[in-house]
Amino acid sequence: MISYISRRSLLAIPVLIGIVVVVFLLIRAIPGEPCTAILGELATKEACDRFNEANGLNEPVIVQLGIYLKNVVTFNLGESISFSRPVTQMLIERLPLTTELALTALTIAVGVGVPMGIVAARRHNSIIDTGTMTFANIGVSMPVFWLGLMLAYLFALILKDTPFVLPPSGRLSPGVFPIPYYEVWGWELTEGSTWAKFNEYISNHFIFNTFITGQWEVFSDAVRHMILPAVALATIPLAIIARITRSSLLEVMGKDYIRTARAKGAKESSVVRSHALRNSMLAVVTIIGLQLGALLGGAILTETVFNLAGVGRSLFEAITARDYAVVQGFTVVIAGIYVIVNLLVDLSYAFLDPRIRLE
Amino acid sequence: MTISRKGAIEKLEAEAGDVNRLYEKPVGQWRLAMRRFRGRRSGMAGLFIVLALVGMALFAPLIAPYEPNEILIGKEDVTRRDPPCIHVLGCPEDTPQHIMGLDGNVRDVFSRIVYGARVSLTLGIFTVTLALLVGSTIGAISGYAGGWFDNILMRVMDVILGFPSLLLAIAIVAVLGPGLRNALLAIAIVTLPGYARVMRAQVLAIKESDYVSASRALGSSTRQILLRRVIPNALTPLVVLGTLGVATAILEAAGLSFLGLGAQPPTAEWGSMLARERNQVFTSPHLVFFPGLAIMLTVLGFNLMGDGLRDALDPTLNR
Repeated sequence: MISYISRRSLLAIPVLIGIVVVVFLLIRAIPGEPCTAILGELATKEACDRFNEANGLNEPVIVQLGIYLKNVVTFNLGESISFSRPVTQMLIERLPLTTELALTALTIAVGVGVPMGIVAARRHNSIIDTGTMTFANIGVSMPVFWLGLMLAYLFALILKDTPFVLPPSGRLSPGVFPIPYYEVWGWELTEGSTWAKFNEYISNHFIFNTFITGQWEVFSDAVRHMILPAVALATIPLAIIARITRSSLLEVMGKDYIRTARAKGAKESSVVRSHALRNSMLAVVTIIGLQLGALLGGAILTETVFNLAGVGRSLFEAITARDYAVVQGFTVVIAGIYVIVNLLVDLSYAFLDPRIRLE
Repeated sequence: MTISRKGAIEKLEAEAGDVNRLYEKPVGQWRLAMRRFRGRRSGMAGLFIVLALVGMALFAPLIAPYEPNEILIGKEDVTRRDPPCIHVLGCPEDTPQHIMGLDGNVRDVFSRIVYGARVSLTLGIFTVTLALLVGSTIGAISGYAGGWFDNILMRVMDVILGFPSLLLAIAIVAVLGPGLRNALLAIAIVTLPGYARVMRAQVLAIKESDYVSASRALGSSTRQILLRRVIPNALTPLVVLGTLGVATAILEAAGLSFLGLGAQPPTAEWGSMLARERNQVFTSPHLVFFPGLAIMLTVLGFNLMGDGLRDALDPTLNR
């Protein structure tokens, strides 16, 4: 097992380096001098020289790449030109929103998708099965941004005077502010230290922060703002998870050991639960992990629709504004998360299925 | 499980049919697949949707009541973002009929949706063709050559797969500049590894088969073996993947257009139509609803057809 883990982890390193290099080269491939792109078309020759000197742009590309790789490893991601702040600081403020969104969506997708798949498989070829699969097919084909806008229309306008009304944009209502847990608990943090930054990052997970400190009004406000984006984002993964659960459970239910279990006189519910489900979950776990990547991509669209300042939308805005440091930094972080998640999925798969690690 | 008498008789008849079939002319693989495909309702529904879309794209000028970019102000008694007006559903006869309403530039939405089918279908099919050709070539060469060459190519594919696909597509469009053609290229690049991997796996399996060894013993060149023996046998999964790929491509392209990176105005493209009017969703929901519905139905059609093809072409599902 240990040898498998180390082998698989080592394989992730070239991919991560590859991603950093690709992002670096993509940025360099954008037409035009970085100097005029950042300082503006009217930048003078002297200003450009100073800029190039300051940013090490006079060095050969390979040296620049080396410096950039070193900076990435030390979490020095440069400074945003449109916000004039360090990219790391922007990540501290914006990544938690995306993480919370993606995790809430994943919870919905798994919490609804897996039971749906199980019910469909148990009632194979019934109306419930057909209905579920029709729903799943439509779900897979759903443009996230369209669903988001339609949900916003339905819950913010049509259901306006009912208890089901939900806010169509933003992360919190105006005037509502969560107090970070370290302030609630009176921790002494040195301004600007890594530890303080780390705590700031954690406390920016509003739902988590308000939950552990018991600020229930802010908590419910944050949750209400999260529902529509999370549901929109969850739809495609939910449909995929439901389909995989169903087909994988159906496959397992046809196996000889299920017949044996039934022949022994085991109750149908226990046959399903302890024999079939456990074995069919292997495929489901893999697909759940793969969906997390899709969630990160979908977050770009969802955050745009619901006006949320997460990494997805910031990244898109940075690309439009040619804010290269942000594009580089955010892309590397998102892709890095993606690679690590895939690594964890592979490892958990090996943990669940001994045949893989013995290969 | 008890079998009714009727069921038992049917079963016997079916078995007799199986015996009789031995004396029939053998049925080819493709004909068999066609027969299976026709037996699946969802696959047929997908095919129907896709054919309807192709028809809509081909005969757009005949179906659409207006030109896609025709501005109707001054020509008819209409205003910006008029809601749908359908005479059969009780809209007054003296108002001009616009079954999907008018957009912010006073253009007929239905006509734009009809013409939009051309854009989406062309884009989906071109993207997949490109990705499929390049991807499967890479996969075939990689799998056939093996060794370090294979290793390098596959690590490159891993890097592409290491990005969430929409994110990489956005980055590529940022480099190439926004526009439909660049969106097409970007999506082709991000979907390429899927085809390469499938092709490579197929080639690895086929390479070791007896008929390839026989072919080599007869003195065929590498190129001949690849083109005549390996590629035709690897086609089946690629056909399925390609059909599903059209769905993905259309969905991703719509996403890019929604972000303003794909089709540029005034092109009648569903994603950008929706994006331009998205702030009006609370006042004129029809401007968001219909383009999105068109995207969803198209993607659904290709998804259903792809699933149907997979079931029909997979011999392991034969029994």
